[in-house]
Amino acid sequence: MKVKYFAWVRERIGISEETIEPPEAVRTVDDLIGWLSRRGETYAYAFEKPKVIRAAIDHTHVKPDATIAGAREIAFFPPMTGG
Amino acid sequence: MTTIATIRIQEADFDIAREIAELTKGRRDVGAVVTFTGICRGEENGEPIAALTLEHYPGMAEAEIGRHTDEAMSRWPLTGLAVVHRVGRIAPGENIVLVLAASQHRQAAFQAAEFLMDYLKANAPFWKREESQKGTSWIEARGHDDAAAARWTKS
Repeated sequence: MKVKYFAWVRERIGISEETIEPPEAVRTVDDLIGWLSRRGETYAYAFEKPKVIRAAIDHTHVKPDATIAGAREIAFFPPMTGG
Repeated sequence: MTTIATIRIQEADFDIAREIAELTKGRRDVGAVVTFTGICRGEENGEPIAALTLEHYPGMAEAEIGRHTDEAMSRWPLTGLAVVHRVGRIAPGENIVLVLAASQHRQAAFQAAEFLMDYLKANAPFWKREESQKGTSWIEARGHDDAAAARWTKS
């Protein structure tokens, strides 16, 4: 699946998108944040406050307990400040 | 007549008069157009800023705004809606966002415009970074924007 990062999440990780293949045990958005956090220091820094992070699956906002099965694109970003 | 919903995300500025004309031309059923324009302030929390830079999530931003314009059209008798959101570097005094709501009578247009702005603030995937003498920093989300959006939730 493709993962995209925006705003300071993108800056902290250092890339705007990548393709990942998490193991089957990673079932929810929350699980995925935990799995990504263990990939390195930049990820750990980006996800150091997981409750602040918002997520979207295939362009729709989702909660941390949402399942990632079948997702084509998952995005992580800070709370939005548009308008 | 059908309801027109225009959604655009662009770097260029917008022309409010032209956007209103798009919603009213050739129609005799429009009795009210409400416009809201969000403008870049020259200071944030008492500190002067040089500019804002807006980032967005292409694809999702259009989809999310579209879900909100659909909901506005289902809740109020509207003849047209337009949302234009700028991205990129925006200097103080420049336009950031435009919301237009058109209807036969003013009440629906006022309410739909306010509903759309409240939802955009809290849910549309855009992020502002400010430039000031101290450097650049991401603007933090405000809790009252979530509260403003929540008051439209049907119980």
